[in-house]
Amino acid sequence: MLRIECPFCGPRPETEFHCAGDADRRRPQSDAGDATWADYLYVRANPKGLHRERWVHSAGCGQWFVVERDTVSHAILNATPLAHATGIHEE
Amino acid sequence: MRIGSTPFNAWSLIRGGLSGQRHWQKQWRKAEPRGSYDAVIIGGGGHGLATAYYLASRHGIRNVAVLEKGWIGGGNTGRNTTVIRSNYFYPESAAFYDYSLTQYEQLSRELDYNIMFSQRGMWVLAHDPHQRDKMRHSANAMRLNNVDAEFHEAEGVYAAMPGLNRNPRHPIWGGLLQVRGGTARHDAVAWAYARAADALGVDIVEQCEVTGFDIAAGRVRGLRTTRGDIACGKVGVAVAGHSSEIARLAGLKLPIQSYALQAFVTEPVKPCFDTVVMSPASGMYFSQTDKGELVLGAGLDLYLSYAQRGNLPWMERAARGLVDLFPQFSRLRFLRQWAGICDVTHDSSPIIDESAVAGLHFSCGWGTGGFKAIPAGGTCLAHHLATGKRHPLADFASFERFATGHLVDEAGAAGIAH
Repeated sequence: MLRIECPFCGPRPETEFHCAGDADRRRPQSDAGDATWADYLYVRANPKGLHRERWVHSAGCGQWFVVERDTVSHAILNATPLAHATGIHEE
Repeated sequence: MRIGSTPFNAWSLIRGGLSGQRHWQKQWRKAEPRGSYDAVIIGGGGHGLATAYYLASRHGIRNVAVLEKGWIGGGNTGRNTTVIRSNYFYPESAAFYDYSLTQYEQLSRELDYNIMFSQRGMWVLAHDPHQRDKMRHSANAMRLNNVDAEFHEAEGVYAAMPGLNRNPRHPIWGGLLQVRGGTARHDAVAWAYARAADALGVDIVEQCEVTGFDIAAGRVRGLRTTRGDIACGKVGVAVAGHSSEIARLAGLKLPIQSYALQAFVTEPVKPCFDTVVMSPASGMYFSQTDKGELVLGAGLDLYLSYAQRGNLPWMERAARGLVDLFPQFSRLRFLRQWAGICDVTHDSSPIIDESAVAGLHFSCGWGTGGFKAIPAGGTCLAHHLATGKRHPLADFASFERFATGHLVDEAGAAGIAH
């Protein structure tokens, strides 16, 4: 069981949360072409090791944040509100 | 076909009895990797071993190695819940998985190895009127695809499962039965293919991890392993949850995500349940093994994981589902609990195709259902490696479908849990 430190509510069990996957994908322009769109929609880094991912405290405060987590040990290094996460707001 | 030095039959048993059964030999050699092969398969699970066997038996390519990082069948082949079925919705998947089922029906004979395939039937339960209507739709689709399917109202389900709770939290509105579905001994499938492939000259190399590829001009030339370099122009990758990691060594990214899928067994009890039942609403399916244990499967932990261990919330949900439907099992204790890492695509259909690196083929995207697909997956990957063309059954299982949009969305259609 993961114990996730919600930046707004503190530590809570994983059953209160929902993971929305890779935090670092960027939606391409609508005319970017099929290959680029397929890449965005379906292709994932899927790393064995550290992974930055978006989580939402769906059964809690409803806020989104970015979690850095190890996909082997499941250790959570940090949980940062979207507003403070690096790389999220660059275009 | 006679396979191995000692065939498994009554005569060899009787003859062995005269010498204290000391004539049995190892089922496959501990091969040392050689410097080059015609084809190399990465991954010594069911799919990899089946591919090697079909390369040797159907295509005459016997200079083949199977490289396994751990031991044969130690990954998802030894971790699944052994269910074999072909209750899919779309024609492409129905043809593919039903071919696999027909191969399983004669596999013990072909490989001279008892895989203990028990066609005890596979039920999927409907728990509300909408699921029941969808189930009728599925039953019709399966029949149109030439796959056996029976829709039963609730009374039919209760007749098949006398122990089923008459007043569960999720009421019974019907059930879809595939009579030809069932279970097999999962380890035996891996061992049977390993033994048969070895007898045809395939080198099975355990404790050998691939650490890199030799790629020149967009074509694979060989691979680097912890036990030396191997020159080879045809490489098949069948490593399930670790597909993305092997792809990374070749500079590729895949439309795959790796999730942990859990299973459990209870302590053994006397025979009391003679079919396989899946209850999507309860998040659980189970069957009883020949040893008497109940084997339960749960759902995926929906965040990336390479940890081959389960998680408590799903264990609780699966146990709750079992006890709700069969209260008499409430006092059984779990003996073991584990997880396998599943390679999940967005449409829950597999990929059996040559990658952007020429000569480097992947068989992946099996998600939570790779075990039942082993004979068909091996057939198609071996065909593609040997002939350079996709097997007709695997035409849908391409890489390009993600760009063209021709997905075979069994995630929605067959109600696969992920």
